[in-house]
Amino acid sequence: MPDLRESIKSGIVTMMREAAFNVPRDVKEALQRAYEIEDNPVAKANLEAILRNIEVSGKTKLPMCQDTGTPTFFIELGEDFPLKSELRPLIEEAVRIATGEIPLRPNAVDPWTYKNSGDNTGRYVPIIHLELVPGSEMKVIYLAKGGGSENTSKLYMLSPVLGLKGIKRAVIDAMVDAGPKPCPPIVVGVGVGGSADMALKLAKKATFRRLDEPNPDPKLAEIEQEMLEKINSLGLGPMGLGGKTYALGVKIEWAHKHPASLPVGINTQCWAFRRSEAVFDSNGNMKLLVPP
Amino acid sequence: MAEYRLKTPVSEEDVRKLKVGDIVYLDGIIITGRDQVHRRALELAAKGEKDKVPVDLEGMALYHCGPIVKKIDDEWKIFGFGPTTSARMESVEADFIREFKVRLIIGKGGMFEKTTQGMKEYGAAYLAYPGGTSAVATSAVKRVVDVHWLDLGTPEAMWVVEVENFGPTMVAIDSHGNNLYTDVLSKAKKVAEEIKAKF
Repeated sequence: MPDLRESIKSGIVTMMREAAFNVPRDVKEALQRAYEIEDNPVAKANLEAILRNIEVSGKTKLPMCQDTGTPTFFIELGEDFPLKSELRPLIEEAVRIATGEIPLRPNAVDPWTYKNSGDNTGRYVPIIHLELVPGSEMKVIYLAKGGGSENTSKLYMLSPVLGLKGIKRAVIDAMVDAGPKPCPPIVVGVGVGGSADMALKLAKKATFRRLDEPNPDPKLAEIEQEMLEKINSLGLGPMGLGGKTYALGVKIEWAHKHPASLPVGINTQCWAFRRSEAVFDSNGNMKLLVPP
Repeated sequence: MAEYRLKTPVSEEDVRKLKVGDIVYLDGIIITGRDQVHRRALELAAKGEKDKVPVDLEGMALYHCGPIVKKIDDEWKIFGFGPTTSARMESVEADFIREFKVRLIIGKGGMFEKTTQGMKEYGAAYLAYPGGTSAVATSAVKRVVDVHWLDLGTPEAMWVVEVENFGPTMVAIDSHGNNLYTDVLSKAKKVAEEIKAKF
């Protein structure tokens, strides 16, 4: 029987490798559709290069983007899963191994000295969001988050008086401000409510919902669709050089909020959406769900 | 919209032909330079020590890129060769073009007024490489010819790289004062105001 700890470690390395060379199928399909409907030649050339890049990366095992991102994990940990506080050091070790083997660019830098740790680990890095859930499995979402698209994140602490109008205006403002910077076509995550930190966390989490899966709440699904159309009507297009598709999808998550607050967090995800999802059973066996 | 295949170094005449929206593929040598290369080279120029810059940059293509590299059997190999955000170099790029006479700047995300003016005055163009398409860029690399200023760290060092059919790059700023990014963005701002008024 393989060692539980070794299985988890190698499973995490596999997740990171899969994400470095692939984008999830829904993202690839959305990019393909964007290419088909585009008639602006510059936009078409950009989308063609993107689609070719996905193919070349998958075949040659060259990282999709030279910014191989900040390793970020969203984990739902079953309360009966055999490992708990040991998880962080295990994941850190997996990140070190993956950085050397794939190879990934070392992206963990001390903000005071600018010294690079060299292996993508450091204080609070990898970034791990942990939630305790019933059961004995562990569900892991891994995200290699690029700096360019993280830099165009926004937090608006709106006056609650502004309501839905205020939220919609904030989304449009954030897109105009982002312009070419987040490597569009992007996925836009909008987190509404909670608190300042919660709104931003929900915004990032929202981007994990598949592009072809509308919001389960029909009212919110309608807002997502409306905002997607409005954002694309700005004409920013792929890479901000003009065209029909700036965003591939708009995804909303929300939480209850303080009566005096209306936090709106916005997270932008570049087209190179390097994300993998897997479930580990209590013996450490991994089932990779995304990319398929 | 025209399509060009250019070999570096390029002449001013070649660059003046380029118009925003044109597509360009490159052959020959391109040189990487991001934040620290700009800082060091311009410091040397300010001291009158331009000759200490290890590469003759005249007519060359300067690429905003911090590659992923690995030394295998004493030879540098490139694993990642996509563009980095050019905006960080905005404050110094026009000076860099003036001092070193580079003709092409390659990057992503665009540059602004000062660079656009500098390109018009000294005869240079900005080529947008599709952001994040590192695997395609890497497969256009023939070899690493040389590397300088490695003390700056591998992403910041000056890599001299031979490429073949490097592209597609799009002319996003030409030498006639046109800037596709600012055109697109100013239209988007107008549309945004109309959209917001209707919410």
